[in-house]
Amino acid sequence: MIDFVHPALLFILGAVPIPFLKETIRKAYLVLIPLLAFLAVLAMEPGSYGAASFIGQEILIAKVDRLSIVFATVFTIMALIGMIYALHLTRPGQHVAAFVYVGSALGVVFAGDYLTLYLFWEGMAFASAYLVFAQGGEKAVRAAFRYLMVHVTGGVALLGGILVHSAATGSLLFGPIESDMGPGAYVILAGFLLNAAVPPLNAWLTDAYPEATVTGAVFMSAFTTKTAVYVLARAFPGTELLVWLGTVMALYGVVYAVLENDCRRLLAYHIVSQVGYMVAGVGIGTEMAVNGATSHAFAHILYKGLLFMGAGAVIHVTGRRKLTELGGLYKTMPLTVALYMVGAFAISAFPFFSGFVTKSMVVAAAGQDHRALVMLALTMASSGTFLHTGLKLPYYMFFGTDRKLEAQEPPRNMLVAMGMAAALCIAIGVYPGPLYALLPYPVDFDAYTGAHVTESLGILMFTALGFVIFLKALDPENTISLDTDWFYRKGARGFMWLAEKPLARYEKAVSDVSETAVLPFLHGSARAGLQLDLNGVDGVVNGVARSILNGGGALRRLQTGVVTHYALAMIAGVIATIVVFAVVWR
Amino acid sequence: MIERIVDFFGDETYAIRRRRLFYLVLALIVVADFLVSREHAEYLWERLPGWSAVYGFGSCVILIFVSKFLGHQGGLMRREDYYD
Repeated sequence: MIDFVHPALLFILGAVPIPFLKETIRKAYLVLIPLLAFLAVLAMEPGSYGAASFIGQEILIAKVDRLSIVFATVFTIMALIGMIYALHLTRPGQHVAAFVYVGSALGVVFAGDYLTLYLFWEGMAFASAYLVFAQGGEKAVRAAFRYLMVHVTGGVALLGGILVHSAATGSLLFGPIESDMGPGAYVILAGFLLNAAVPPLNAWLTDAYPEATVTGAVFMSAFTTKTAVYVLARAFPGTELLVWLGTVMALYGVVYAVLENDCRRLLAYHIVSQVGYMVAGVGIGTEMAVNGATSHAFAHILYKGLLFMGAGAVIHVTGRRKLTELGGLYKTMPLTVALYMVGAFAISAFPFFSGFVTKSMVVAAAGQDHRALVMLALTMASSGTFLHTGLKLPYYMFFGTDRKLEAQEPPRNMLVAMGMAAALCIAIGVYPGPLYALLPYPVDFDAYTGAHVTESLGILMFTALGFVIFLKALDPENTISLDTDWFYRKGARGFMWLAEKPLARYEKAVSDVSETAVLPFLHGSARAGLQLDLNGVDGVVNGVARSILNGGGALRRLQTGVVTHYALAMIAGVIATIVVFAVVWR
Repeated sequence: MIERIVDFFGDETYAIRRRRLFYLVLALIVVADFLVSREHAEYLWERLPGWSAVYGFGSCVILIFVSKFLGHQGGLMRREDYYD
């Protein structure tokens, strides 16, 4: 009996045959694998699997506990819904990428050591980037490259942190970093925060998600940030910094959502906002707060998937994504409107929808932990959430000015996927018991108290009153908003300017000088050297050689071999000697 | 059924009925807020009936105007070809 089948393997190995399957078989296969993975997660027993040793380090391919099972459960459910939503695609590329992406996310969730975690982490980055590349067009390709660059940078930071941390602690095993928050741990934290889209490391998300394919964005909205929440909950529960980062995030996303005109970019900013609740929950770190963060991640994956599916359906049908160009679709797409609104009520935490039983747990945990300011800020962010995803977006997309767009309901597989997500959003809200039973700690929390229901309704419906009164102020405008991607987009441009203008000019000046002055000088001196060599050095050498040759010849002529010549020479020598002596010693 | 509900929220002919229903809901929520028990309330504001209505409305107004101020005066909103 096999008691553990790694669901990551099902997806990653399962991706291989996709391109070779015929269309109808492929459709069945795309649904079958997530179902099998879901069953594999259900059948899992907590424990450690795949322990090994690699380069002298302990490796643990899969560590199963309550926290990893919750995330794996919702990941496999979302994979199933996302695959159904994408069934109408005829080309297999995106399916393969989505499978590898989901598989990598599951690999991270079960990773028992940092090395395994890191490998799957990078797998997620590359597979998800493909979902943006697949959209095609210059804008998408540029956004995809930026997305990839940011994630590779984050991955390198993570790897560096892992090496420093494991060198300090002597172990690669992935678990809570409590006492020893050394420099390595902080760099690991930074890598995690980047994937969680915590400002100022958030802009990759709102830059890339709106450019992804309609079906790709559904997967992206579910996996990357939530995997980051999972690793934060695993390694950094109770880190004070996270409370404040999360609270700021919750409001940051809401503020930007007011300014947004692109429907999926608005939803992407609400991911930032909602993940803020989870990051804050992990930071508070009490049992209730971690339960809240985990359950909110669970609910978030489903309702955010639903919202992206709704917006995606509109883009699929109309080809438009700007709120200033949309409106009046409610007559032709009533089912999409209704299903989208279920997601909107869920994210806004209306009673009987999933957000109500999960988000409120984080807020209540902040209250129990005596953090009044955090509690108030998070409550304010809930108001903003309903304002944008529940009122502004549907109003300008489906109601408002009728732009007379030709539209109809999206393909049936899209509606079925949205229906499944909507059903789960309502089921969790009405009957939270099964979700609560999955959470890492025992739950002692009841969202449905009279005071809590009226309080939530008061916040939300009076937000609606503000919306009705100040509707004109919320009219979308044909603009884009600057976020922290400004620094690397403009920074890259500044770098290119530096390379193209001053550096290129300097390089040209240097080559000019070398061409006009240095090279002729070198040529001239080489030529002069050659002349010197030929005429001077060679002349001297030749001259000496020649004179030795001549001298030799002369000497040879002197040796005549005739005795009278030698006698005559000796007599001349004696006379010369006498003359010298006569002159010197006179 | 779904079409009729969606139509109710979209069609101009129901505008007055829609508005009346909306105000009725608002009034009911405030009234209900006075009736519910608050024995578990931990913070001062949680004990004030109607606080959530005020805070919800205030949050909404603050978020709209602070964001738009940052967008227009703070220079966050730019023309669409800004990066081109």
